[in-house]
Amino acid sequence: MDFKVDNPGMLTTVQDLGRWGYLGKGMPLAGAMDPAALKMGNIMVGNPVNTAALEITIMGPALTVTAGEAVAVLTGADLGLIINGKLKPAWKCFMIRSGDTLSFRGSSARGSRAYLCLSGGIEVDPVMGSRSTYLRGKLGGFNGRPLAKGDVIHTGEPHLLWKRFEDFECPEDLVPGHVPVTRLKAVPGPQDNLFTEKGLEIFFSSEYTITTSADRMGYRLEGPLVEHLGSADIISDAIPPGSVQVPGNGQPIVMLSDGQTTGGYAKLAVLTTLARCTLAQRLPGQTVRFERTDQASAILEARHFKEKLNRLIIARASFSTGHTMFHPEEREPASGSMNMKINDRIWKVDWELLDK
Amino acid sequence: MKKSEDFRILPAGESCIFVDFGSMVSLEINGRVQALQKKIETEQLTGIREVVPTYRSLAIYFDPILLDLEKFIKRLEDIIPGTASLQDETAKTVVIPVCYGGKSGPDLERVASFKGLTCEEVIQKHSSRDYYCYMLGFTPGFPYLGGMDESISAPRLESPREIIPAGSVGIAGTQTGIYPINSPGGWQLIGRTPLTLFDPHREPPILLESGIWIRFRPVSEEAYRQISEKVNSGNWDMETLERRRS
Repeated sequence: MDFKVDNPGMLTTVQDLGRWGYLGKGMPLAGAMDPAALKMGNIMVGNPVNTAALEITIMGPALTVTAGEAVAVLTGADLGLIINGKLKPAWKCFMIRSGDTLSFRGSSARGSRAYLCLSGGIEVDPVMGSRSTYLRGKLGGFNGRPLAKGDVIHTGEPHLLWKRFEDFECPEDLVPGHVPVTRLKAVPGPQDNLFTEKGLEIFFSSEYTITTSADRMGYRLEGPLVEHLGSADIISDAIPPGSVQVPGNGQPIVMLSDGQTTGGYAKLAVLTTLARCTLAQRLPGQTVRFERTDQASAILEARHFKEKLNRLIIARASFSTGHTMFHPEEREPASGSMNMKINDRIWKVDWELLDK
Repeated sequence: MKKSEDFRILPAGESCIFVDFGSMVSLEINGRVQALQKKIETEQLTGIREVVPTYRSLAIYFDPILLDLEKFIKRLEDIIPGTASLQDETAKTVVIPVCYGGKSGPDLERVASFKGLTCEEVIQKHSSRDYYCYMLGFTPGFPYLGGMDESISAPRLESPREIIPAGSVGIAGTQTGIYPINSPGGWQLIGRTPLTLFDPHREPPILLESGIWIRFRPVSEEAYRQISEKVNSGNWDMETLERRRS
């Protein structure tokens, strides 16, 4: 499918799950600010989870399909998808065809970033192994920049059964809540020992406001001072996305997708990936609270989310085949082979799980 | 989290841990970081996404679904004490040609006058030592170099430049470095290399690595142009030398 950008919206970029492999050489990860929403959208339209989609920020674009057809789903924040003048729900797959127009009604109380996932994904040349746009480096995605009026974009090769995913809806219990009262879970460390007990206590019990310095690189927060034991500076080391670093002024900064790979401020804690997704949905002026967790519980949270993704794959497969599929009790195998009889001839079929 | 005699394994969210070897900048400590990086990369364990070496710690990014973290940490605790600091005596030094002064290094004279030196003396001091690349960070391909002669140190510019051209070689405090991409910055610029430190469409995209040594070699404007042409047409071979012992 091809589509044309009639109006780019506020900030619309091509993103996948990020540019792994070069963090050690100073290249920021980039990738979706809410990777959970991107993964779910991709599963819904039959794509591997790392497929590129449009990341839409607050005010969405206006697009016209110029050739072909695809299934499309909006995940993340419900920014009010309008197809041919009709408002459509997020988290539901729709067929779009040549001549159709897509636009967005506007922001939602429940978030600021949405993912428009299309069957086959956004087809741009990968740069250093990823289709993500890294804005400051002007590379990746669509010519290293946000979409602009007049751009023509192609989608890639879709899932064999893509047409069957039309009208598939995400089961309600799998849709992330992102309710404003959600506390953001963070694992203390790697440099929590450089803060006073009181500093840690204040960070995990206070309300922080997102300042206007909030973008894909990171969010500066404002609130009660987080006290260091001594200096705020460390010998530069790595900054994983989701890191809460606190400079000498005691005001935390949460580093996000486009954040630099290394830095010299003490890191009090690192958000869990799901907490980072929740934060990425918040806007300047809104408030956030944090909740202390430990690494083992954070890993359990990640496993539960992976379970949800598996359930979503099963739900999509059940929907598209008309048969109820059952959730495997054990971790699903990644590949296998089976014999199939087609027109009285027996075929050996090797298969491999692509939704990884 | 886990503490042993001289390293600590620290949590960094649910999909990263840091192996911290102390809070000092030293060749010995960075050599331990490099050695552990090589060891982990060689083992190609399922679930390890990437390792990021810095001055004195190694960040290990992993997939928390695929990796059994408890088992992995036990394994690290077993292998780290027996992993010697990587001080590769056979390591070569990579030559970085630099055109000093003039348009390429607009701050050379100022840097010289700070310390009452001539421009030639600054060039001589800057290009006579081998520098160790402790880590890359800040921007894609930016090397954190150690070993500059402190007699040519210079403060940062009072008002940073809006655009510093890629390849510029600068001094800030007792540090020297090379800008891999056009970027704003406050370093005193003393020269420029015709080499391309970062090109996302080249293999490898990033020229330098942590753990290597580099030496700056003064070249004329004419040589700068010739090398530049070779670099742009893909005909430049990096020159490496035996390391100079200090």
